[in-house]
Amino acid sequence: MVSSPVQPRKIRSLTSDDWVSLVGAVIASFALVDLIYLHILNTSGALGFVVCWFASFMLLFAAVLSFVNPRHVIVDRLVTAALYVAALIVLGALASTVIYTFAQGWRALVHLNFYTHDMSGVSPTAPLNQGGILHAIVGTVIEVGIAIAIAVPVGVATAVYMSEVGGRFARWVRTVVEAMTALPEILAGLFVYVILIVYVGLPKTGFAVSVAMAVTMVPIIARAGEVALRVVPSGLREASSALGATHWSTVRKVVLPSAKAGLATATILAVARGIGETAVALITSGASSFMTINPIKNPMNSLPLFIFTADQTHEPLAIVRAFGAASVLLAMVLVLFILTRWLSRDKGARR
Amino acid sequence: MTTTDIETTTHDLSVTHRAASETHLDAVGISAWFSGTRVLEDVSLSVPPATVTALIGPSGCGKSTFLRILNRMHESIPGAQMAGEVRLNGDDIYAPGVRVTTVRKRIGMVFQKPNPFPAMSIGDNVTAGLALTRTKVSRSQRAELIETSLTRAGLWREVKDRLDQPGSALSGGQQQRLCIARALAVQPDVLLMDEPCSALDPTSTRRIEETIHELRSEVTIVIVTHNMQQAVRVSQQAAFFLAEEGQPGGIVEQGSTDDVFHRPQDPRTAKYVHGDFG
Repeated sequence: MVSSPVQPRKIRSLTSDDWVSLVGAVIASFALVDLIYLHILNTSGALGFVVCWFASFMLLFAAVLSFVNPRHVIVDRLVTAALYVAALIVLGALASTVIYTFAQGWRALVHLNFYTHDMSGVSPTAPLNQGGILHAIVGTVIEVGIAIAIAVPVGVATAVYMSEVGGRFARWVRTVVEAMTALPEILAGLFVYVILIVYVGLPKTGFAVSVAMAVTMVPIIARAGEVALRVVPSGLREASSALGATHWSTVRKVVLPSAKAGLATATILAVARGIGETAVALITSGASSFMTINPIKNPMNSLPLFIFTADQTHEPLAIVRAFGAASVLLAMVLVLFILTRWLSRDKGARR
Repeated sequence: MTTTDIETTTHDLSVTHRAASETHLDAVGISAWFSGTRVLEDVSLSVPPATVTALIGPSGCGKSTFLRILNRMHESIPGAQMAGEVRLNGDDIYAPGVRVTTVRKRIGMVFQKPNPFPAMSIGDNVTAGLALTRTKVSRSQRAELIETSLTRAGLWREVKDRLDQPGSALSGGQQQRLCIARALAVQPDVLLMDEPCSALDPTSTRRIEETIHELRSEVTIVIVTHNMQQAVRVSQQAAFFLAEEGQPGGIVEQGSTDDVFHRPQDPRTAKYVHGDFG
């Protein structure tokens, strides 16, 4: 028996014709702009070139498409192309930042002592095989750790209050939280400086930095956390109270676990802000070149503060160290991001 | 299957540790308001033990509101008020000093849309009522409760090998039976069902109707349904709700399902059950 194999029809895929017109339009517009922009008008400037290239690409692409395609297909292709370009710009900006940072810091990153030594007794002009940023890494880890320990419970509690309790006062709280998200970090630093260091009389320490970080992190967690709690279907709350659960049991065992992924995202957002705070660290701790483990004694350095102070020296080698420290900071944020995602993953597929 | 109930001689599906239901539920003179608008006026209904009572009527006539008053879910809606008494074996569940959580443990509820807890496994969903009310059970008791409840809800055979998978991975009909098992696991005396099959296909609907049939001897059931055939199939008693335009809803006629559907006294009931409106 001969069976005729049935091939699935290709409905939305691009034909070779489409590819030729796309690639052709890209090349033709490049050549055209190259000719007019650089040789006839004799101007220069990368940004202007790219903008003109994009504009002439859209025109040429539309012209090529219009030979065979109806209007709605042309519009569809042009919008798709524009969106791809927009995505490429964003990706390009991100990738170039990361790659540039790693490339500039590479000479420091290859030395093992960069990760295992601090800068005590090492001059900023010293060669890269001396000294390191261990004190700043440890300081950042300790400071962010304490800030998370303060900000997550307070932030989540605020989110629960706004979403699950509500009422007139909750609206006030929400307004304050929203205003606080826009708070410049230097104000948080000044606030903590005035309260903890001037009034209470604590020394400038890593703990003070943590408190100031937490001040900027709480509103982010509270706001993003409230959104995460609100998308939990109200049917789940009803189901829970119909089983005889108290309001608190419902929140703790049904609402919060269901919003786990959203709360994790809220925490990442907050940590991403907290970990890069420089002004706060500058005001409430100040940089140190030596290792500080105890967060309530002596100034504690952190990566952003190290980057700032190293950059201020204007010494080429110190700037290389600053880029190295920035690379480490980026890597730490990435690790944290993956870790949080992994911890809050849903066990099993969601429908 | 292990069971401590040595007197059980019936087949597996109805193995339980409970005597036949002896729970009376009486609603007396119930009225309800939403933000000052009256939606129910002076509704009285007696639910005898070990029966299924069907509440029928067109949309917006207050059936669901009435059902939610029976286990005090109504008051969780902002602006909702009620009057009258609901007596569980003679005791008013709205009396001062009665804990709302106790009422809801004794009078369970299954909702229109299946709503298993997404962050819990199938097994954890069944025992969610225990976890939520801080009831401690041993590991073996828990396993037994999961099996009994799922068996009573007619889902055990389908899920016994994947109790640790998320409940959201089940089909809609299975999810609804999981919700029934979850409600049964807290051992309620009364089970309220708010259009439990309206989101389900005919096969799942039939499974749930079978489940209702098997549960009837142990749990008193009140079910809201828009499906006339379903009301005939599952219930022994029926109440027809109707709200005239701009008027609060109320019961037009109640009695045995047979009477309401085949010998209706009120012409409006006759029109509705014959499908002339609604």
